[in-house]
Amino acid sequence: MTVPAGVDTDRKGVSAIWNDPQTRGIIYQALALILVVLVGWFLFSNTLQNLEERNISTGFGFLDRSAGFSISESLVDYEASDTYGRAFLVGLLNTFQVALLGIFLATILGTIVGILRLSTNWLVAKLASVYVEVLRNIPVLLQLFVWYGVITVSLPSPRQAFEPMPGVFLSNRGFMIPAPVEDPAYSYMGIAFAVAILLSITLRIWARRRQYLTGAQFPVFPCSVGMLIGLPILGWLIGGAPVVFELPVLQGFNFQGGITLSPEFAALLLGLTTYTSAFIAEIVRGGILGVDYGQTEAAASLGLRRVRILRFIILPQALRLIVPPTTSQYLNLTKNSSLAVAIGYPDLVSVGNTTLNQTGQAIEAVTIFMAVYLSFSLSISVFMNWYNSRIALVER
Amino acid sequence: MTMSDTQQESKTYQRPPLARIGAIGWLRANLFNTWYNSLLTILILWMFYKIIPPFVNWALFDAVWGKVESTVCRQTDGACWAFLYEKANLILFGLYPFEEQWRPTIAMLIFIAVVATSCHPSAWRKSLILAWVIAVPAIAILMWGGILGLSYVPNTRWGGLPLTLLLSGVGLMFGFPIGVLLALGRRSNMPAIRTLCVTYIELIRGVPLITILFMASVMFPLFLPTGLTIDKLLRAQIGLIMFASAYLAEAVRGGLQSLPSGQYEAADSLGLSYWKKMRLIILPQALRISIPALVNSFISFFKDTSLVIIIGLFDLMGATKAALTDAAWRGFYKEAYLFTAVIYFVFCFFMSKYSQYLEQRLNVGTRR
Repeated sequence: MTVPAGVDTDRKGVSAIWNDPQTRGIIYQALALILVVLVGWFLFSNTLQNLEERNISTGFGFLDRSAGFSISESLVDYEASDTYGRAFLVGLLNTFQVALLGIFLATILGTIVGILRLSTNWLVAKLASVYVEVLRNIPVLLQLFVWYGVITVSLPSPRQAFEPMPGVFLSNRGFMIPAPVEDPAYSYMGIAFAVAILLSITLRIWARRRQYLTGAQFPVFPCSVGMLIGLPILGWLIGGAPVVFELPVLQGFNFQGGITLSPEFAALLLGLTTYTSAFIAEIVRGGILGVDYGQTEAAASLGLRRVRILRFIILPQALRLIVPPTTSQYLNLTKNSSLAVAIGYPDLVSVGNTTLNQTGQAIEAVTIFMAVYLSFSLSISVFMNWYNSRIALVER
Repeated sequence: MTMSDTQQESKTYQRPPLARIGAIGWLRANLFNTWYNSLLTILILWMFYKIIPPFVNWALFDAVWGKVESTVCRQTDGACWAFLYEKANLILFGLYPFEEQWRPTIAMLIFIAVVATSCHPSAWRKSLILAWVIAVPAIAILMWGGILGLSYVPNTRWGGLPLTLLLSGVGLMFGFPIGVLLALGRRSNMPAIRTLCVTYIELIRGVPLITILFMASVMFPLFLPTGLTIDKLLRAQIGLIMFASAYLAEAVRGGLQSLPSGQYEAADSLGLSYWKKMRLIILPQALRISIPALVNSFISFFKDTSLVIIIGLFDLMGATKAALTDAAWRGFYKEAYLFTAVIYFVFCFFMSKYSQYLEQRLNVGTRR
């Protein structure tokens, strides 16, 4: 059926614009943007009015004021008279401390459990899967409370502390371990370690170039390991080989000397490590199973030795499956470390929460939380995108 | 082949050696196949011997059963199940009035029944929507009351397991459609809408849930015009919905990305509008692919609702913690946390088993 051209003319203009996908897209987007801006403006103006009524000053000026609360543990010097800004710094460093240690330990534990789940020993495999299922299906907050309860309620007082190894004490005041007495030799060791890392990288680049030109291989890995272990030992020997350790000693009601892991820190570290390790175990298992067994067989039929099969055939393929989800577990661990506020470990959120309650600077405190965690998350995801594009399968 | 032939033949077969079959064979194949496996087996059995008898003694033989004073418990080394006789009501229902606790119980049962029915693919019919339309108001009436002769219970007194189920149930119910829209927005070819969706998703996923709950509890009141307030529970619920929608959006995006572009092109060539294309062609397939990821998000969201304790709500976790603050019953944390952990575990474990079942069932079409 044809419509006479003249009948439609007055509607045609509007409907033609409306039916053009490009114009329609622009209209939709403009509407969405206007809506977002309006809602944002509404919230913003309300906030300004509310703050004015409550006499709360906006801005980050409060960071220069004296905090007036003490923090139980800190990596840098801090006193109650220091500023809120410094308190936030202490919290930030505490967050990083527990997150880095947790990531390190969870990776090791998770890899072991993941491999154990593939064991041919029925009992071992079952035990590992019970470990994974139990830890995965219980909220991490509950696990933190359990660990904290175990340490503060069920462990004995310092007087009856467990001593599993000489110099190591477990009590309801936390864990005490011996600390090396300060000595210049340790800074030599640190420098030697840094030098070893640099040398290893240089060696690897040189060996690659040499292999590319001449085909001759160079044992980079054993050499690097040798340097990473040997050079710090050399530094230690040059420094006079100090062997003095400061042992924790019971004095009065608590231990003096040595390194003390507070109950809060120990509970947080234990909880985060075991919880995350269950997820990493599943990722590792999936990654290993994800590499087709034919790959192993093909490599074996080429005459490669077992270690080389693992190093050059299996691991590179398994890591492609393992690394991306593991990174997001690292991120989860870091974000979960904010649960410290529930058991009283002074991490960023915990310190920020105290600040928020004292000053009423809710918006600024939450903004700081978000900025810190976001910059962490975003830099990890930028790294991951780079890594993924580097190792992605090149398909034609 | 005659009968005698087969008999003849079967006589020549030898039974496998006794050590290869039956219990002994299984033990040898699974527990003692290499020297290090044998060593591991023995090590684990020794560990069981060290752990299991003391645990059974603690939990059963030395334990205090029945409704008794806490002083009785303090005299034994065993578990104090009297704690649960005393506090189970508080842990399960929070501050909900004692004589009215049958109401949240029934509400919870209705909720679980409807969810369980919805889980079975054979129930995915129009009548299921009807079931939800009846169930949701029924739950609301039971929880709030105020009509039909039920006394009014303000939501500040809700707590325990019903609160956990409601927070996660409502969070997912509202978070899911928002998440689908966000995922579609993120895949859209309109730059402004895409940027808005990406910003929202990354912003929420980049920060811990606690900061979102803090935002909900301390910043939302500042956002609203003077005089208008929304109560704490609703604020937490809004925060949880925001959180859930961002994570569900990423799960759905995975499904959308794995659809071949031919599906989009086919829908376009049929002349379908955008929403028809999504509703009839793309989303059914994309959602099916993303079911495992979605259920995983459900599980972690269910666990994460426990964080509302930090802004002072008495959900299952918060009520457990509150039960432990009673001076007379302080220190019985093992009993309390074991009880709560088992509840969380049962819910999460069944969800993860369900996702595996569903994955298998929905893959029937593609399985070889």
